Amino acid sequence: MSRDLKTLVSQGLKSRYRNERIMRSLGVTALLFASGFLLLILSIIFSQGYRAFTQTYIEIPIELSTADIEDISSINFQNKIRDGLRELFPELQARAELADLFRLASRGASIDLERDISSETPPGTINFIALASSDVDMVNKGYFVDSESPRGRLSEQQYEYFQSLTDRNLISRQINTNLFLKGDSSYPEMAGVMGAIMGSVFVLGITLFLSFPIGAATAIYLEEFAPKNRFTDFIEVNINNLAAVPSVIFGLLGLAMFINFFGFPRSAPIVGGFVLTLMTLPIVIIASRAAITSVPPSIKEAALGLGASKLKMVVDHVIPLALPGMLTGTIIGMARALGESAPLLMIGMVAFITEIPQTIFSPSTTLPIQIFLWADSPDRGFSERTSAAIIILLVFLILMNLIAVILRKKFEKKW
Amino acid sequence: MDKPIFQVKGVDVFYGDNHAIKSVNLDIARNEVISLIGPSGCGKSTFIRCLNRMNDTIESARISGEVLLEGEDIYSKEMDVVMLRARVGMVFQKPNPFPKSIYDNVAYGPRIHGLVDTRSDLDDIVKESLQKAGLWEEVKDRLTAIGTSLSGGQQQRLCIARTIAVGPEVILMDEPCSALDPIATAKIEDLIDELREKYAIVIVTHSMQQAARVSQRTAYFHLGEIIEVGDTDQIFTNPKERLTEDYITGRFG
Repeated sequence: MSRDLKTLVSQGLKSRYRNERIMRSLGVTALLFASGFLLLILSIIFSQGYRAFTQTYIEIPIELSTADIEDISSINFQNKIRDGLRELFPELQARAELADLFRLASRGASIDLERDISSETPPGTINFIALASSDVDMVNKGYFVDSESPRGRLSEQQYEYFQSLTDRNLISRQINTNLFLKGDSSYPEMAGVMGAIMGSVFVLGITLFLSFPIGAATAIYLEEFAPKNRFTDFIEVNINNLAAVPSVIFGLLGLAMFINFFGFPRSAPIVGGFVLTLMTLPIVIIASRAAITSVPPSIKEAALGLGASKLKMVVDHVIPLALPGMLTGTIIGMARALGESAPLLMIGMVAFITEIPQTIFSPSTTLPIQIFLWADSPDRGFSERTSAAIIILLVFLILMNLIAVILRKKFEKKW
Repeated sequence: MDKPIFQVKGVDVFYGDNHAIKSVNLDIARNEVISLIGPSGCGKSTFIRCLNRMNDTIESARISGEVLLEGEDIYSKEMDVVMLRARVGMVFQKPNPFPKSIYDNVAYGPRIHGLVDTRSDLDDIVKESLQKAGLWEEVKDRLTAIGTSLSGGQQQRLCIARTIAVGPEVILMDEPCSALDPIATAKIEDLIDELREKYAIVIVTHSMQQAARVSQRTAYFHLGEIIEVGDTDQIFTNPKERLTEDYITGRFG
């Protein structure tokens, strides 16, 4: 009899192992496919955006007399920069030529100069590193090297001045701090994401502050205290459905309810926060319910058996054990909210705002919307900034998901 | 018996349509250990959970009849279930210590019922309970260790310590040794014998040998009814009912 078993099994073994190998290679192929695309996307974004992290500067000699230092407020910094440029090109006299020359420097240069000079500065000549205009920046970063007109948007004369400055080693690239510190601007070289980041921080802060307590409390009530009947089943079905509703609808709801009915200020993070709270609540509730049901009933019975009231049992045992799962769900909901733009567009957080918002009532925008606005701009300087802003957004998203993963690992299986 | 601590009169339990306990009567004396034996699924656990109203946590459970603790009906509106469970403690089949320190496990009951005012009083209760449960020597140097780090037998003794820390009048034990090895089982059986001095103990057990070892009286359950109740010796050597005899001699169950 055992011989029958051996022959029968050995007949099938070859094809069984072959099937297994096929399945494994399919799995590996799928994995390679997915990660390949991911790497492709990331490298495209990175290659398009990394140049935005540096910015072109021109070294210009600035003359400061003693009289200047004594009365800083009277200095016309724009003129100081122009005088400096004139010194670099003493042969230029015609008004049109000089006007062209002056446009090589950015408007932001004079702002930087004013920031750099104080009453401590010794009089004399300083070699000031002045922010160059975006047109100069684009040419310097080599965007036009292979194209028909290597001078980009610079005029022929401007291109000559630029080459002359390059030959004299007066052109340099520095870290683009404006990108991180400044708000939006119509000039790409002065534009930054700080306004959008603050807007996102405010919006997410409000969302977290509202959705975590409300969501957690709802989940606790539904799981532990609510009677199990048709009505609560109906509520559960609705919550699950809300998690799948397109986000733009929450924006319409926010527009109708918060702005038109309650009269909240348009474009303010507080409205954005309310809208995103509505959107994030179902996710928090669902994740919290899963965390609560995973608390072993034996522990709850032990607490009840000792004479703990239901509420005490929930507070002392269910909440502490379910908290990591609730937090993880909340962070994942936050990460999704960080990347949302459609609902916020509906409530008007899409205006061109240059000031960095100070309060939750100040008009602002958020990082994904800033990306959208910059992507729309025809200005060449903004296309590299769009990719750079995407990189910054991705870094935040990865960070948040990383925190969620670490939290989950840390609190895993305490019983 | 005079002044039984528990009097169960005509209790029926339904789980939905399933008639799990049929018209059961039983008196439980103070300072006795009474075993409930019977084949699987005959209602022993259901019955014992009626005594501290743990069946309340099951949505579909319906109970009728009277359960009197010291003369008061525990199912009346005046009876506070939290108070009831302080007076009637329970040890479960699978050890279920809280994922907290050993100290906090034992201290939980006294804390929530406000039994002590000072930390040193609490320390005393914890020490006493662990000593009575026969666990003190093994854990006195690591009271901050988490309860779940103990072995199975130690965990069950911790659960017993946790229950007696509250100072109940009755301890219900639902197959407390079924998840333990023989040595741990022996330790707990010795413990039950000592606890008898202070508490009434109702123990559900699958092991007839265990029932014979630890209890003074035994009740035989069969399909939701009590067939026979009597002194343990008499039940095992000279059962009156046919069903009891069949179970004892191993004809079924």
